[in-house]
Amino acid sequence: MLRLTRRTNPSRSLEILAPLVAVALTLVVAAILFVALGKNPADAFAAMFWRPVQDLYGWSELGVKVAPLILCAVGLAIGFRASVWNIGAEGQIVVGAIAASWVALATGEGGFGLPGWLLPLLAGALGGMVWGAIPALLRTKANANEILVSLMLVYVGGFLLQYVVRGPMRDPMSFGFPQSPMFPDPARLPILLDTTRLHLGFALALLAALVAWLFVARSYQGFVFRLSGEAPAAAAYAGFSRAKVIWGSFLISGGLAGLAGAAEVLGPIGQLQPAVSPGYGFAAIIVAFLGRLHPIGIIAAALLMGLFYLGGEIAQMELQLPIAITGVFQGLLLFFLLGADTFVRWRLVLGGTR
Amino acid sequence: MPPLLELVGITKRYPGIVANQDVSLAVQPGEIQALLGENGAGKSTLMKIVYGLARPDEGEIRWQGELVVENSPVLARKRGIGMVFQHFTLFETLTVAENIALGLEPGNAGSDLEGRIRELSRHYGLAVAPQAPVWSLSVGERQRVEIVRCLLQSPRLLIMDEPTSVLTPQEADGLFATLRRLAAEGCAVLYISHKLEEIQALCHAATVLRAGKVVARCDPTRETARSLAALMIGKAPPEIEHRPAESDGPVVLSVADLSLPSVDPHGTALKRVSFSLRAGEILGVAGVAGNGQRELLRALSGEDARAPAGAITLAGQPAGNLDPKRRRALGLAFVPEERLGRGAAPKLSLTLNALLTGKRQSLTRAGLIRQGAVERRATEIVRRFDVRTPGIQAEAGSLSGGNLQKFIVGRELYDGPKLLIAAHPTWGVDVGAATLIREEMLALRDRGGSVLLFSEELDELFLLSDRIAVMFHGMLSPPAPVRQLTPESVGLLMGGAGFEGGVGLAQAH
Repeated sequence: MLRLTRRTNPSRSLEILAPLVAVALTLVVAAILFVALGKNPADAFAAMFWRPVQDLYGWSELGVKVAPLILCAVGLAIGFRASVWNIGAEGQIVVGAIAASWVALATGEGGFGLPGWLLPLLAGALGGMVWGAIPALLRTKANANEILVSLMLVYVGGFLLQYVVRGPMRDPMSFGFPQSPMFPDPARLPILLDTTRLHLGFALALLAALVAWLFVARSYQGFVFRLSGEAPAAAAYAGFSRAKVIWGSFLISGGLAGLAGAAEVLGPIGQLQPAVSPGYGFAAIIVAFLGRLHPIGIIAAALLMGLFYLGGEIAQMELQLPIAITGVFQGLLLFFLLGADTFVRWRLVLGGTR
Repeated sequence: MPPLLELVGITKRYPGIVANQDVSLAVQPGEIQALLGENGAGKSTLMKIVYGLARPDEGEIRWQGELVVENSPVLARKRGIGMVFQHFTLFETLTVAENIALGLEPGNAGSDLEGRIRELSRHYGLAVAPQAPVWSLSVGERQRVEIVRCLLQSPRLLIMDEPTSVLTPQEADGLFATLRRLAAEGCAVLYISHKLEEIQALCHAATVLRAGKVVARCDPTRETARSLAALMIGKAPPEIEHRPAESDGPVVLSVADLSLPSVDPHGTALKRVSFSLRAGEILGVAGVAGNGQRELLRALSGEDARAPAGAITLAGQPAGNLDPKRRRALGLAFVPEERLGRGAAPKLSLTLNALLTGKRQSLTRAGLIRQGAVERRATEIVRRFDVRTPGIQAEAGSLSGGNLQKFIVGRELYDGPKLLIAAHPTWGVDVGAATLIREEMLALRDRGGSVLLFSEELDELFLLSDRIAVMFHGMLSPPAPVRQLTPESVGLLMGGAGFEGGVGLAQAH
């Protein structure tokens, strides 16, 4: 008989190795999958993961994908370390995008000596915070499970988006297409590299990762968050309020997700459309855990996840595979990561009943 | 005649530790044998092996000279082994008789179960009412139900795991009478404890365990408490001199008419608790566990801040509704009941645990932790309180109980508090560490500080306290100077005598 027994002392190096093992296993299964689909796996991998990053433009496109993933994942990781489970970053992206679009259309020509994109960007962060505040409020006041509330608000946010692009924010000149007018130029995010789409959001993402690292590793509040997650009774004993940690986690992660949504519409998209995110908010959960909830790890994990997105698009165009291949890769990766983590903490033992 | 039970070379390993190593012992019919050892010495593991709850990795169990091949609690009960656990296994919502029927083999309950319960309880002096629902019983009464349940199966061997830790001294005496009677009728008793006086009073033989190994076998009646302690810990315990003081310093903490329902539905509500504590004195709070100590501690520490502001006065400030941080700023330090998870975060380093209750102003700058200052603090605590650790980066959870407790007490005393509230500070701590912690509390008092000491060990309370009060059913007796008290008089209060009419009667007492 097989059974799992807890390891007395899980190895720190195994814990860091686990994501790499998960990535390797994902690629192995993907190769089998390609063979089953009648494709040469070497060609498929080359098309998906090698050719996209052969030139500067490819790398810049990767940067465009990575920016929202990093922004969401570093915020989520701060909450996850405190055992506050915000699963609704996708909804906070969408509401952030709506808020940013609204402000961009209202004030996008700029003024007060400020760049036109600044207020929309801040409005996006605020929108994400408001959407994140709902689960925080219900958790702290009514003890409602924040996982369920934040997840279900994703769908509420999605319907809100469908409503505004068809109703109040629809471009009257759009011939009935559900989309807002294009934003005025000053409201668009500055481009970091000429002739590419790499926008300010990427720089903000790296900055967010740096600040998050400082928060986690060096700040007193970061210590309070970690304590609240790992030893709640010790946090209560020391007098740290759990409610503040829940609110802080949701405002930080919601704000960063809202910022990511704002950067998507103010950057590459340029208007509000019925789809602003191909699941970045959910993928960011995988990114956060793949990166071991550490800001540096998250950047690396986001690059990999970004490559899945990019490669999925290529696979669709060049290999005639459905875009769902991106989702398959994400699912495999999450599966193997959870599996690998299990074996870091538990050991498989053969035989014996007790 | 072969011994009733014989263990030969029992070894049991758990991941990371050897709980029992080559343990042998023999129990004769009618003998009360003590199994003596500190917390973590391997006593409970050994008894679980006898009772079939754990399987030894090596060694043999012999029952009446025959090798036991298969073992389980059901088989052990069939052989005639009964066990009363430290933590009871009764259903609160059922009656005594229903609980006992559930524990019996099917078909063995019989028609006249209640009659048999009454007869047994009369014969052995175990007062239990078969129709009483278990939730209405005191801890001592519940233990009697557990014992009756074992006796109904006419055991040949009864295992008692730390039975007196939940009893008043008077209840313990009643238990001893029952056990002596059982032994006189030929039943053997294996008695697990670390309390030396009661082993001397009760047991015919003692097997001493230390770190999983048998270190001595002796006749406890021929030993002194001191020599038994030396066997148990491997060296003679250092002695503390009892030096009560009478303080007329200013009042540091006063509680006035504090009543508070419990947050936990199975907890105890506080009823009109009043006392005051002066600078330069140690006030001991005695009581059987579960009489509201936990709730009073939380109300005093600020973890439960529902009390009216004026019900608790700390250093002259109304403090009943302040959070723990604000109370600490007024000079309060607190050593909680649970070391791991509450007093310290197990997965965090000692350095970060030193930060846990430190003064924020001196340990942070611009919101960032001042690494150097926190490390100095941790290093200093480790040095001053002789905490044995590979380094300040070690996780708190990797320290032994005694060392972690020294660290927590050290951390709480580090900032020079006016008042230390300590809950069972020496529980499960080795004798060396316990002595150091007790000396530190006396030193704080001698410097003019105050200590509020909650303990279930009367010896400790009489050794350290200047005044003692007793908790019972959420009420607190008026504190009395220790020279006016005896363990017996405190024991009577612990059992509720003088509390019947509420605190008012106790005051007249």
